[in-house]
Parts: sequence; structure tokens; C-alpha cells
Amino acid sequence: MRDAPPAGAPMIEFAAVTTLFGRRPQRALERFRAGADKAALLAEGHVLALADLSLTIAPGEFFAVMGLSGSGKSTLIRHVNRLIDPTAGCIRVDGIEVSALDRRGLEAFRRRRVAMVFQHFGLLPHRTVLENAAYGLEVRGEPRAEREARAAAWLERVGLAGYERHMPQALSGGMRQRVGLARALAVETPVLLMDEPFSALDPLTRAELQDELAALHRGHGRTVLFVTHDLDEAARLADRIAILRDGAVVQVGAPADILERPADEHVRAFVGAVRRDRPQPPSSPFASPSAG
Amino acid sequence: MVVYGDGFQAVSDSLLVVLVAIEQALRAVPPVVFVAAVAALAFAAGRSLRLAAAMAAVCWFVGALGLWDQAMQTVAIVLVSVAISVLVGLPLGVLAAKRATVRAGLAPLLDLMQTIPSFVYLIPAAMLFGLGKVPAILATVVYATPPLVRLTDLGIRQVDAAATEAARAFGASPRQLLWGVELPLALPAIMQGVNQTVMMALGMVVIASMIGARGVGETVLLGLQRGDAGQGFVGGLGIVLLAVAFDRITQAWGRRLQAGRGG
Repeated sequence: MRDAPPAGAPMIEFAAVTTLFGRRPQRALERFRAGADKAALLAEGHVLALADLSLTIAPGEFFAVMGLSGSGKSTLIRHVNRLIDPTAGCIRVDGIEVSALDRRGLEAFRRRRVAMVFQHFGLLPHRTVLENAAYGLEVRGEPRAEREARAAAWLERVGLAGYERHMPQALSGGMRQRVGLARALAVETPVLLMDEPFSALDPLTRAELQDELAALHRGHGRTVLFVTHDLDEAARLADRIAILRDGAVVQVGAPADILERPADEHVRAFVGAVRRDRPQPPSSPFASPSAG
Repeated sequence: MVVYGDGFQAVSDSLLVVLVAIEQALRAVPPVVFVAAVAALAFAAGRSLRLAAAMAAVCWFVGALGLWDQAMQTVAIVLVSVAISVLVGLPLGVLAAKRATVRAGLAPLLDLMQTIPSFVYLIPAAMLFGLGKVPAILATVVYATPPLVRLTDLGIRQVDAAATEAARAFGASPRQLLWGVELPLALPAIMQGVNQTVMMALGMVVIASMIGARGVGETVLLGLQRGDAGQGFVGGLGIVLLAVAFDRITQAWGRRLQAGRGG
């Protein structure tokens, strides 16, 4: 486990990223730089989603982003493939300045460098399981036979062999997310984004998929950026965790650090709340009784 | 008028060629073959023998009313009008869904097209294209296109945002997004729009006959002019039967499209 990001070129880098939603984000940015806080900006009709956020994620790292609802974690992950544009600041992924790409550059970047798994799966209801799993390959123009062979192989890896011709609606939530996982893995990108991928699933299915994801990650060494509000999940899977509040990082560190040495009252409360929720210690080596 | 006369004549002529070809083909086909074809189409659309039998019976009844020839003329006008409405309305609906400014600009125009009495634009249309089938098609297109534009716009805007976001995340271009995700997912709404367009096109049949288009509307018009309620009723019944056939077949098709994706 690492406390600080390792030396060398980072895989994902956020440099002073600020994002505001509203009618006139540029003007709100000036107000933010002049010292206006979240509440003041909100009163002026702007939502401060990310506040001068900087973050560095190393190649091969499994990095979890945590925070309460509205802390900006889902917004943050959407900056990596620019489903959301920053108002100011710079985002670099795999040496590419994502925030400077034009439309075609961005499409090429999304096809080759990042894949994404969604909380609500984001499957295409008019396509079969196989066609869904092959979607990323189809978009970048791989021939049908090849993309279907690769998609079928990944469906088998995630335990869905035999379901290729089914429609997504016919599948349970856990199985649908396996399709989402196969679709993201099939494009074999260096970066995998996961936006609360397991939070819509029942606890047993969730644990099962967490184990499989951990095994897949060990086998492939992709960089994973994982958003969750489940501390157990983050502690089980992640090399490092960042805790987000009001669009800013309040603490970054290995799971043990976060649990044992919360940086401030917010993190302590956050960790403590999770602890009180679950009297059973989580099945991870970081669950030392001194924490919280 | 003099300067553009040839242009209008050209548009008019080419439309007429297509319409006359369809009309002649429909009238040349023996009624038995036509009835069988409608039954087959109904079965293909709904996978139901009952629907196929009912649609065949409806067609037979149109013939039994003595309206077969006129019905074929009306079907030809409706088919051509709906084809033009789809060619115009579908792209407009897509554009409206994509650009709020287009939607805002189209809204009053669509309202106008649906509410302005047809005679108001039939007069200049008849002046430009002459009396007969072409201005009738024009009037029908003006009246029947708005619901398709509206329902295409609505259908595309109601496509699940999770699906479009996922497609964008994997690098889909705007074209791939439209053809691979948005149009297929909006298809039930678009089919509803086509259905509405067909219904409204049939509603224009009587007015079309007033400017010299042949068809079932003529029977109604004659009944009106002679004060012959019976003849008017027969013509009206013919139009209703055609509407029932078009409606049931397109609805069944739309339902099956929706059922195919399990929701």
C-alpha cells in the first residue's frame, strides 16, 4: 500500500480543476476565485461541483473516490472522459491533455483510452447482451466477427456464457452489471472508470462482483478510478482512497490511513458513521479496532 | 409567377408521375390479390390471424360498398402524402430534439399548419400547381406532418439519458448516437407519429376531392352537393374503414417493435 503516489508519469492527473454549473459559469468562476463560497455561489444560481481540485493517480493504481451525495464524486469521474467539461483547470490522462481535445480527438480518446461502468448500467435495451458487450468495439469500427468473438470471450470471463442472445431486460441487476463490466473490459483500455457500479445491487451480488473485479484487476493491472459511498467496498478494493467534500479533496491516502488517522472532523464523522452502521468488522486487513 | 412557372410545373409533374404510377398499380391489381396482400401485411405486422382476417374483411366491405376504385385512388394519395410527410417530418423532428432554437421556431409553425383552414392555402396551391392531385397532396402534407415532427422530437428527447451517456462514453460520434441509439429507442414514438400522420391524411380526403382529386372523398362530396344523405354516409363509411385498416396495421407493428425490446 502506498501513502503517496509513486514517482513517474501519472496515469490520471487533475490540475486545479474547477467546475461550476449554471447559466454563466465564467462569471461564477471569477466570483469563486475572489473568495465566494459554495453557499454564496448557490445563492447566485451556480452550483460549485469541483473546487480547485488536484489529484494524481499512478498507472495500475486502484483508486477509490468517496464522499456523501452531492460531494462531486460522480462529477469528478465524468471529467476523466469529459462527459462533463471543466470550467477551469487541466485534466491529463495517459499523457493526453483531455481538457484540450476537440470533438474528434475526444471521440478517439474515448474509444481507445477510457472505458466506463455506470451505476444504472447504461445498457442499450434494443440490443442483445452480446451486441451490448461489443458496443465499444463496434463504435471504433472493429469488424463484426472479431468484435463479437472478443465480446463473447469477455462475457464468458464475467460468467455470462450462454446469455449472448438474451435482451438486457431479461437479466437480473447483477447480470446486467456483468454485461456493463464486459462491455468496458472488452475495449481493453488502460483506464477503467467505475461510477458506483455495485450500489444498485443486493449485498450478496455486490460482494461477489467486488471479488471478481479484484481478481480481474490483479490479472490486468489497468488503472481503475472507482466512485463509491461504501467505505467497506473502497477499503476492500482500493490502493488509495480520496475523500471528497463540496467538490474538494479533504484527504487522500491508503485505506488504513483514512480509517486510523482521519484528517478532520468530516472524515472522522464519515468513517464513524460507516462504522456504526456495520458492527461487524469488514473482511479487510485494514479493519483495526483502533480506527474510528 | 411566369418566372417560376416551369419550376412549379416540374415539381407538379414529377409528383404526378409517382402518384399515377402507384394509383394505376393499385387499380390494376385484382381486388382478391389486394385483400390477400393486406391480410399478409396485417399478419406480418401483428403476428395475429384474427387481425389478418379482420383487415381482409374490412377491405372486402369497402369493395362491397362499391367504392373499390375510389378507395384505391385514396390509398395512393395517402401513401404518397405520408411518404413525403415522413421525409420532411422525421429530419425536422430530429433537428427540433437537438436544437432548442429550432424547436422554439417550429412550434408556432406547426400550430399554424394544424389550425389554419386548408382552403386558405389551397387557393394559392391550386393557382401554382393547377387543380387536381398535386395540390391535394400538398394540402394533405401540410396538415398531416406536424404530429410526426412533434412525436419524433418528443421520442428522441425522452430516450433514457443513461443509454446516451454510455454511448458517448464509449466514443460514439453524433451520427452513431443518432442511428444506433436515439432513433431505435425513439421508434415507438415515431411509429405513433406515423400512425397519426396517416389518420390525418385520411381526414383530408374530402377536402382533397373538392379541388379535383379523385377518391372516396368524391362520393361524400357528391352526397353533399345533391343533399343525398345516404350517399354521403356510404362515402364516410368507406373512409372510416380505410382508416381502421391503416390504424390497426400500423398500431400492431408499433406494438410489436416495442415488445421486441421487452419494455
